[in-house]
Amino acid sequence: MNDEQPRLLKPDRDVGVVGYGAYVPRFRLPASEVDRIWTDGQGGTPITEKAVPGLDEDVVTISIEAARNALARAAAVDPADIRAVWVGSESHPYAVKPTSTVVAEAIGAIPHTQAADWQFACKAGSEAFQAAVGFVGSGMGGYALAIGADTAQGRPGDALEYTAGAGGAAYLLGPAGQALAIFEGSYSFVTDTPDFWRRAYQHYPSHGGRFTGQPAYFRHSSAAAQGLMQAMGTTPEDYAYAVFHQPNLKFPSSVARRLGFTNQQCAPGLLVGEIGNTYAGSSLLGLTAVLDQARPGERILLVSFGSGAGSDAISLRVTEAIEARRDRAPATRDYIARRSEIDYATYARYRRKLVMQ
Amino acid sequence: MSVPNTWRLQQQRYRLMGEVCDRCKTKIFPPRDVCPECEAPAKTQFALSGRGEVYSYSTVYNAPAGFEDATPYTVALVRLEEGPLVTAQLTDVSAEEVEIGMPVEMVTRRLRADGAEGIISYGYKFRPVQFSPAI
Repeated sequence: MNDEQPRLLKPDRDVGVVGYGAYVPRFRLPASEVDRIWTDGQGGTPITEKAVPGLDEDVVTISIEAARNALARAAAVDPADIRAVWVGSESHPYAVKPTSTVVAEAIGAIPHTQAADWQFACKAGSEAFQAAVGFVGSGMGGYALAIGADTAQGRPGDALEYTAGAGGAAYLLGPAGQALAIFEGSYSFVTDTPDFWRRAYQHYPSHGGRFTGQPAYFRHSSAAAQGLMQAMGTTPEDYAYAVFHQPNLKFPSSVARRLGFTNQQCAPGLLVGEIGNTYAGSSLLGLTAVLDQARPGERILLVSFGSGAGSDAISLRVTEAIEARRDRAPATRDYIARRSEIDYATYARYRRKLVMQ
Repeated sequence: MSVPNTWRLQQQRYRLMGEVCDRCKTKIFPPRDVCPECEAPAKTQFALSGRGEVYSYSTVYNAPAGFEDATPYTVALVRLEEGPLVTAQLTDVSAEEVEIGMPVEMVTRRLRADGAEGIISYGYKFRPVQFSPAI
């Protein structure tokens, strides 16, 4: 065990979020539908409903719309100047063939760009975000696009089927002078903890049940948040908002309380009750919802969690530029309000749980 | 759908990349390198905005090969605000909500997959304008 004090991850050059964008599919499966099918309505529901992708949606299409929204909020950034397009997900449409190249082609970032797909369960997007900060902060490129998106699948009848949702968020990182929110610093906490996994060729993930709680989610989220605040010399009171990874309603509320954050700080970025756990999109979509309403000068703490396991904690400070640019693309709440309820049978069809041949 | 054909059409399918006539400024989609209005060579690339309205439509219940999974779906002729008329699927809308003149916007979606092992084709579809501002 390394007992070294937490040290901040921060580039030499100041970097910030130049544009951000959200996307959530329109279909909603009420958790009561899963409960009706598998427990005769006696099992209880961890959330209200989850977002379900349509038949023509996947991580590529979700990433493209989120990326277009991020570009709409960036001030006159030529897509050809984006030097990296990175997509974090555990539901990339192909096992081999990048999601990121399709996204780069669709937004006009090709061919003078780096492109890659990232993987680390639900924190694949936040690690792409951190890497993009380093990429821009080192001067390797002027802009880098980091996306977290998923169309998560839960095994029918499993606890995760209630919550496994779909959605994504995109962040264009660039020079701090153009930023809507300045990157203040980051800290990551990672160990080998087998709480949730999916083996090659398997359709559904497996998990360690209660083991996903204390040794996994709570330990890593808490250590990352505390490490970041210790390294930065900040306290929960310094943040107007805190966003945690949200696999259900209970976990993020509990970790926030233990760390000393209030409901008021967490409520704007807590979306899981209405769209489910969007995996690599989860905490990053919470952050887009916060940026939709944050005022200049306010600080935001983002803490992702990915099974396997690790957490990335990121501190941001909102700038004056946000007021003029946030309305250039749909708000996260616009997507959440756009909902078409479906029943379990339609869900089974849309998620291709019916094997036809 | 062959791999080279899918690859060749990517730019127009992913982001409505068409052409503009340097002589009479007509916007051309799909790209054909010759202006249909003044017959001048037209090879300058031009990305269409993706905004338009439904010119006509029909709902498909018996789909051609490759689209069976998506039925029922609505196909529309969409008059783009720059002038061209394109044929595309509508998405994020049920058949009874569609009407002539309905404002629509382009989104990039899955068009079809070549079985479980082949490539996935992505391209433009249109949906009712959802939010203000439009994307």
